[in-house]
Amino acid sequence: MKLYNSLILIAFAIFSISITAEVNHSKVISQDAALKLSDYGFFTNLSKQIPTEGVLPYDLNSALFSDYADKLRFVYVPAGGFAKYNPDEVFDFPTGSVLIKTFAYLNDFPESELDAQLLETRLLIRNDDGWKNVSYIWNKEQTDAYKSIAGKTISTQFINEYGDMQDIRYRVPNINQCKECHQSNETISPIGPKARNLNKDISYADGSMNQLLKWHQQGWITENISTKSMVDWSNINEDLDTRARSYLDINCGHCHIEGGSADTTGLYLNFTENRKINLGYFKKPIAAGRASNNLKYSIVPGNPDESILLYRMQSLDPGIMMPESGRALQHVEAVDLLRKWIHQL
Amino acid sequence: MKIFPKQFRLYCLGLLSAFCFAGTVYISPSEDPYTEIQEALILASPGDIIHLSAGLYELEDSLSIDVNNLILEGEGINDTVLSFKNQLSGAQGLSVTSDNVILRDFAVENAKGDAIKVKGVDGISFIRVRTEWTGGPSSENGAYGLYPVESKNVLIDSCVAIGASDAGIYVGQSENIIVKNSVAEFNVAGIEIENSYYADVFNNYASNNTGGILVFDLPDIPQQGGHHIRVFNNKSVNNNTDNFAPEGNIVGEVPRGSGIIIQANSHVEIFDNDIGDNDTINIAVVTYGYDTEDENYYPHPRSIQIHGNRFGRSGYNPDLETGELAKILFEISDGDMPDIFWDGIVPLPQIIFGQPEKDKIVLGNNGDASFLTINPLKYILPFFDPIETSYEKFSGEITPLPPVVLSETL
Repeated sequence: MKLYNSLILIAFAIFSISITAEVNHSKVISQDAALKLSDYGFFTNLSKQIPTEGVLPYDLNSALFSDYADKLRFVYVPAGGFAKYNPDEVFDFPTGSVLIKTFAYLNDFPESELDAQLLETRLLIRNDDGWKNVSYIWNKEQTDAYKSIAGKTISTQFINEYGDMQDIRYRVPNINQCKECHQSNETISPIGPKARNLNKDISYADGSMNQLLKWHQQGWITENISTKSMVDWSNINEDLDTRARSYLDINCGHCHIEGGSADTTGLYLNFTENRKINLGYFKKPIAAGRASNNLKYSIVPGNPDESILLYRMQSLDPGIMMPESGRALQHVEAVDLLRKWIHQL
Repeated sequence: MKIFPKQFRLYCLGLLSAFCFAGTVYISPSEDPYTEIQEALILASPGDIIHLSAGLYELEDSLSIDVNNLILEGEGINDTVLSFKNQLSGAQGLSVTSDNVILRDFAVENAKGDAIKVKGVDGISFIRVRTEWTGGPSSENGAYGLYPVESKNVLIDSCVAIGASDAGIYVGQSENIIVKNSVAEFNVAGIEIENSYYADVFNNYASNNTGGILVFDLPDIPQQGGHHIRVFNNKSVNNNTDNFAPEGNIVGEVPRGSGIIIQANSHVEIFDNDIGDNDTINIAVVTYGYDTEDENYYPHPRSIQIHGNRFGRSGYNPDLETGELAKILFEISDGDMPDIFWDGIVPLPQIIFGQPEKDKIVLGNNGDASFLTINPLKYILPFFDPIETSYEKFSGEITPLPPVVLSETL
């Protein structure tokens, strides 16, 4: 009888692993996005964001600033899937792949008075004819997240890195706004996971490892990738130029690139751009309007305060600020970095 | 939000929408107009109409359309008003990124940035749409009112644009454009066609702007070499509002009191317009005035034809404070300002060997209009007077440009 009980327990354990530890692939490839985040089975513990086996966390050398929100990133590639490497571009993930990004204020400052708050989880789902974007907004109870259409304004507070409480009008973008950044040459594509921005060690459940190596071990990508890596823009041990260009790439370069939504301006800020005029050096604005702040050029080498680029990074006025969406606070540390960078040009 | 007829819509979901009747979504002002309108714009199927009843819609975030063949309509240019006075996010009032959208019978007021931006589409119609900054001219106003860019088959008909700190009606880097029956007032530039191909601008009224109608071409942007622009049957009068563009913007160089300015571009025909009561100049044809390393860019105007225009007075109170144009013209003309000015600047070989015949400016019958240009060769050499005011020397046969035909899908 005892043996029988144990067998049932074991069977049940195996059964429960098999139901909880697998991504619901049919939901992933379904034409209609699921109504709740939990439907996909990306996490064994949704609220704690503990991924299912086969869903790997990932991180970027430099990341887009989103009002100091913390970002938890995961990638799911279906079994046997292989992502082709394109220099300067995002890996060409196979059908059924998903990039998962949860925006949160973790408020993990010591003695924080606020609990962690999950805000939204954005998915980019790869299907046969390209990428599809969908976003889920977390409920108050933080038990699940529900599909968003028109986005949402979340007025909340978080603990900043100095331990102070700060108010924030956090905007969950609507589907169209997602495209503003993710659309290039008429198609939607991810921004972050380019080889040059992934080349770093992170910790996995089974220890620390370089992400490109880990992905290769998973059979997702080829081994031989040589790329000039972006760096962590906040790492003062890296050289200033690479830090600034890494920051500009991930924060501006998805729109300010040929074929991107800001290409009308001729200002291109992607990592591989090397024409000075297109990088903004003594470049007159095209359609800036009052956002020029009576300044003549995007970047005046040596003179940060005469540079429109820095002015627009500092503004909180929706008609002036850059990026156009996704920011309601000033990124003080990055403004400092760009100020130093322009100063020494 | 009411969806009507609902049965039809459900039925449509099962079939290809092309074979179905489109649905109309009716929206009235409510507590949360942003969510209601934006959800409708996102959930719409191609061919649907989003109808905004008369009233004031106060919006804190920008609206966007990304569904093809959508119609967004109000109940009148002064009756359905989208107000962005309290806007907190988004760089435009409304943005459109899908093809064959029709916007009609509503207004966008006091957007923090541009009022209506349309980017990268094939087919966009603005019909009886008003964009306005209601506090009068101010450098704090947004840059553009109606702002299609990188688009094809653009129709702007019976619209009103007021108070833009750059251009009220601005068509940039586009192709196949008609701007007609519209009113542009109290903008820096009333109507501006920039870096564009094949545009017809007619039956418009541009008044109280800094410059009435501008045809410009700029370097260092993806589409350049603007050409085939016809400007006819417009009234560009009394454009005497002080330039209030923030510095750094190219229109910040436009002197108060400019009727029509053509800068760079080729194949431009300006005819049958009423142009007058402009403080500085009725028509100026000029070269792009800054150094550029853009090798693809041609800074000089070519093949410009001007005929049949009726001129009122101009140049009686030139704006010598803004940009170089008025200042230079005032000095060389000794205060005797012409109706039509061409700066005469051509590439160096042409200074010596002359302009190719096909590139020359051609003046038709413009009544008793006066003309002034600078002869660059005489300007370089000593002891010559470089000023030419002989109208006959530049008069010639007009070769009309073909009318613009928009694609039939509109």
